[in-house]
Amino acid sequence: MGLLALFRRNPPTASVAKERLRIIVAQQRSARGGPDYLPLLRRELLEVIKKYVNVDPEAVQVNLEREDDHEVLELSVALPGGPAPKEA
Amino acid sequence: MTEIIVVTSGKGGVGKTTTSASLSCGLARRGKKVAVIDFDIGLRNLDLIMGCERRVVYDFVNVIQGDCTLKQALIKDKRLETLYVLAASQTRDKDALSSDGVRRVLDELAAEGFDYVICDSPAGIEKGAHLAMYFADRAVVVVNPEVSSVRDSDRILGLLASKTHRAELGNGGVKEHLLLTRYSPRRVATGEMMSVTDVKDILGLDVIGVVPESADVLSASNSGVPVILNESSDASRAYDDAVGRLLGETLPLRFIDEPKKGFFARMFGG
Repeated sequence: MGLLALFRRNPPTASVAKERLRIIVAQQRSARGGPDYLPLLRRELLEVIKKYVNVDPEAVQVNLEREDDHEVLELSVALPGGPAPKEA
Repeated sequence: MTEIIVVTSGKGGVGKTTTSASLSCGLARRGKKVAVIDFDIGLRNLDLIMGCERRVVYDFVNVIQGDCTLKQALIKDKRLETLYVLAASQTRDKDALSSDGVRRVLDELAAEGFDYVICDSPAGIEKGAHLAMYFADRAVVVVNPEVSSVRDSDRILGLLASKTHRAELGNGGVKEHLLLTRYSPRRVATGEMMSVTDVKDILGLDVIGVVPESADVLSASNSGVPVILNESSDASRAYDDAVGRLLGETLPLRFIDEPKKGFFARMFGG
């Protein structure tokens, strides 16, 4: 082991990099071409919802999907159990 | 007809300025009239890589703000007759660049009969990078075979496809090319580094050049002589091939396979 380690090269990680990039690039490209306001819309919706329900930031999903000649804005909010936070 | 080429990448430190310097020298060496412009306002560096830092009197922002004429600001290269450098401003704020100002400078270069304008983009996706790509006809996207560089370059591809004059006109957009730098055939062979094909597949771009990792790149910047002019270097030949492909030549990729080493090289050459 000790001697062998001298000759050992770094592990072949290029395939891992390629796989991770494939996924992240596909994600980036699916968001491309969509309107710039989606992230802001998502953030503001989250703030409004938070006034009433204690939701996780990840619980709000905003997606824009293209179907033939029209677009569908899909909004999904996963509501947790438990009381809403008290607002001043 | 003037062709505007942006050299861009998203991520910093991947070799945009080295590439801008070498491509512009290569084009000029083939007799083209070339201007290379540093868009990195506040962090001027192209002048150093081109070796003309002591001759900068006026810069890009001076021209845009009317402090001098374009002719006064263009620095004529001492090695190549048809090559000119326009340095970035060192001190002023980034807002000094305006879309209108950039357009005026590019129009004037076209009127002066320049064949190529190379726009050396700053890193990032802020205003300087946006303006460097906005008027481009073609883009050379410089990428290291490494995850963050590849991801950032894909972000840049998104911007090239939407936030450029050509994209807005809707007439085919900016033509994009992939240029890989710091490529190590040895590490690709052992599976430690993504290959040309890997990166090409992920990004879906045609490859205009692969520049091998080379000690000559640092010596080139140390001495202010773009690496393409060091003709004994593999990096120089790789850049010259890229220039040929920019001009429409079909050339096979070189320096992407591990050189076969003899016994002594393997024992002592590392």
